[in-house]
Amino acid sequence: MLKYILKRFAWMVLTVWIIITLTFFLMHAIPGDPLDVADVGSSDAASANLAAYYNLDQPLAMQYVTYLKNVVTFDFGPSMTSRSRTVNDMIESGFPASLQLGLATLFFSVISGVVLGVFAALKHNKMIDYLTMILAVIGISIPNFIQSMLFINYIAVNVEFFPIARWGTYRHVILPAIALASGPMAIIARLTRSNMLEVLTQDYIKTAKAKGLSTMKIVVKHALRNALLPVVTIMGALTAAVLTGSFVVERIFAIPGIGQYFVNSISNRDYPMIMATTVIYSTILVVMMFIVDILYGLIDPRIKLHSKED
Amino acid sequence: MSETLLEINDLAVSFSTQGGEVQAVRGVSFAVAPGETVAIVGESGCGKSVTAQSIMRLVPEPPGRIKHGSIHLNGKDLAALSDKQMRSVRGKQIGMIFQDPMTSLNPTLTVGDQLTEGILTHENISKSEAEKKAVELLNLVGIANPQERLKLYPHQFSGGMRQRIMIAMALMCKPSLLIADEPTTALDVTIQAQIIDLFKEIQEKTGVAIIIITHDLGVVAQIADRINVMYAGEIVESGTVKEIFYKPQHPYTRGLLTSVPRLDGDRSQPLIPIAGTPPDLFSPPEGCAFTSRCKYAMEVCRAYDPAVTHLSDRHFTKCWLQDERAEKPF
Amino acid sequence: MPATQERATKSPVDDSLFAPLNNKSAEHDAIVRPSVGYWKDAWQRLLKNKLAVSGLIIIVFLTIMAIIGPMLTPYTYSEQTLSNQNAGPSAEHWFGTDNLGRDMFTRTWYGARISLFIGFAAALIEFVIGVLYGGISGYKGGRVDNILMRIVDVLYGLPYLLVVILLMVIMGPGLFTIIVALTLTGWIGMARIVRGQVLQLKTNEYVLASKVLGASTSRIIRKHLLPNTMGPVIVSMTLTVPGAIFAEAFLSFLGLGVSAPVASWGSMANDALGVLNTGYWWRLFFPAFFISLTMLAFNVFGDGLRDALDPKMRR
Repeated sequence: MLKYILKRFAWMVLTVWIIITLTFFLMHAIPGDPLDVADVGSSDAASANLAAYYNLDQPLAMQYVTYLKNVVTFDFGPSMTSRSRTVNDMIESGFPASLQLGLATLFFSVISGVVLGVFAALKHNKMIDYLTMILAVIGISIPNFIQSMLFINYIAVNVEFFPIARWGTYRHVILPAIALASGPMAIIARLTRSNMLEVLTQDYIKTAKAKGLSTMKIVVKHALRNALLPVVTIMGALTAAVLTGSFVVERIFAIPGIGQYFVNSISNRDYPMIMATTVIYSTILVVMMFIVDILYGLIDPRIKLHSKED
Repeated sequence: MSETLLEINDLAVSFSTQGGEVQAVRGVSFAVAPGETVAIVGESGCGKSVTAQSIMRLVPEPPGRIKHGSIHLNGKDLAALSDKQMRSVRGKQIGMIFQDPMTSLNPTLTVGDQLTEGILTHENISKSEAEKKAVELLNLVGIANPQERLKLYPHQFSGGMRQRIMIAMALMCKPSLLIADEPTTALDVTIQAQIIDLFKEIQEKTGVAIIIITHDLGVVAQIADRINVMYAGEIVESGTVKEIFYKPQHPYTRGLLTSVPRLDGDRSQPLIPIAGTPPDLFSPPEGCAFTSRCKYAMEVCRAYDPAVTHLSDRHFTKCWLQDERAEKPF
Repeated sequence: MPATQERATKSPVDDSLFAPLNNKSAEHDAIVRPSVGYWKDAWQRLLKNKLAVSGLIIIVFLTIMAIIGPMLTPYTYSEQTLSNQNAGPSAEHWFGTDNLGRDMFTRTWYGARISLFIGFAAALIEFVIGVLYGGISGYKGGRVDNILMRIVDVLYGLPYLLVVILLMVIMGPGLFTIIVALTLTGWIGMARIVRGQVLQLKTNEYVLASKVLGASTSRIIRKHLLPNTMGPVIVSMTLTVPGAIFAEAFLSFLGLGVSAPVASWGSMANDALGVLNTGYWWRLFFPAFFISLTMLAFNVFGDGLRDALDPKMRR
């Protein structure tokens, strides 16, 4: 098991390094001087100063090494749009809201997706099954930014309980979290359902029935565990969907999160900020995938043996 | 006649599918005495597994349905029990073993967990008592170091060992009847022999009655007291092992026997397969279902269902050749 | 156990029936069910699925409208009539106009062109790259497979929309960039599916049997591997389309999609963001409705296709 974790961990570090490197060189491959966009009409001396400020006067290889060092120490340097603030400041101020929204979304989508999927499978070809699957396909089909706008336009405006925008109380979380979660929820529900249906035909379910166990016990102990294995594997991809989805949802609901800064940094060509968000988001994602791998090993004992034999 | 443990009367099971109703079991009757081993033999799709699953009421409903008939265990009709009542019979009074030990155990739970969960459901005992019981039974089925093995997962055992575990699991609550659905089919030949011996051993030690479902006549010859030969959802011949092996009356039984090699027989004789395939059970034929494959078929076989003819106390067959007007080919 | 009976003697059956029956051997090997080809069978099953068929009808309808829709009005997608801003749906402007007085009907169907073009192009490119890459990886196996799959593993770890966004920043917005950006990471899923299928099929007995009988490599690929891989591949392609359409809308919504006057559903929805809660409902409704309808149609059709092509569903 330890060997398995170490191997996965090394893989994770490698992936993060590749992402950082790719991002760095891609950013520097962009034609044009980033300072042109950031500050139009400054004097030569001033821009030389600025170039030094952002390390742009050094050779590319040096810049890369410096950047790597800084990233390891979690220092993303000053921002290019608001020069007085460092990227770290901006991330710190945006992170709480983004984290709250992201966790609420993941929590909501996993719980409701699994519950809906299990019910649909147990009531296969009955009304609940059809309703759930219709709901799921609708959830997948309406993009999260459309849902967000519809929610604002039709729910937040009419229902006092839901604030239209901004952040602060739990009431602010509900609508954006639903808009973000409905896609992942639908995917989880469909996956859980089809896995449950498959697992319920397995021989070991027959064995469990032959032992005289109750339906509840069979579902929870024997079926669900095995049906959730594939669901665990897509958690990484789902996190990615939630992360990227948060860019637009944060923008529509005017939530002061990292997504906001990211979107702004794109239009402002704030390279340190773009790089920082890319690196942070990729890292979160890769760490999530690492956790998923470990979780998978914990739930499925066959994985452990496999790595032992390696 | 001795007392009966299980008595099945005119059992019929069908499955509704898109193409129509499949009559998998069509009026099967037989009885099992305590401590006896009864075999049900037949080709794939003859309804033998469905019969076994009906006793446990494990036929998925829908699409499956017990159309009529009764299944009496110790005088209680299982077909009439509620689902909840039936659960207290499963695992407690009847244990069951399935064909493929590789897939019959849950890969994500320890063997100990799976061994004890049945008895913990049925009996009011503590976890450690249940584990003690599990160790006892693993010993009985010949698994060394049972105490440590409880903590292992199924994939850490070989196929033969897993089948031993399945047997131990089925015996946890001291059932009076054990149903084994093709218990040796998925195993290597050498392991098969060990498992057969194990069945004999546990029967001697526990006195459990066994219904063994198989298509392997070799298995049957070794352990069964009586044999039911099934074809197209019906029992076409039934008798003791001696009667079936030495005095087979139904052409299908004869066909089965001449299609497997025998050590005691004339080895210069070629093996003769039974030509053709079993009939479509969507619309079983009017007369005898074996007609189209039968060497000795007569006009009457196609038109009328043959009656049951009793040849001895326990030997009967369902064939028109028993009619005195028929020419006796053998 | 019933008591022993006498041997059955006389039964009410005519004696003449006891003549031997002439069993023809042909009867033994009669084929019980008519043979139906895999694709034909799948097609028939698809046609039985009402949802999938309606999905297909909607797709066809949207495609036709994308072609002829912009021609049905006297306006172009970029023609501004500043005197007629934010006009509601009427006989002149069926879907109303936007804040620059542009005809929403024309823009909506022009947006459909962009969305469907991107969807189909992405699916096609991913198909070609994915099948080649996955096929080679699976068929060659061993070290080649190992190296190719490690590359895929790394790429898979990259957050796909982030890569797309980065690329859009670098290459500048535009239709071509979107397609490049989408397919850059999109083929990975397809390659994995194809590789998995090929790996599994390769070890199947019937492929081995065909090898033993002396079939050439190209015959094995053509006759055994490709046809059996096509099912999941087609399903994956069908489901790629809504993914690509979503990605385009998403990028356009972020302002990274097609550039200004060109209409796209995503950019139209983005434009509507400024007029939320103002009563100009058509501004959001039409792009939102058609994005959702298109994605719904492709999802439903893809699901139906998956069920229809699943060999397990054959009976």
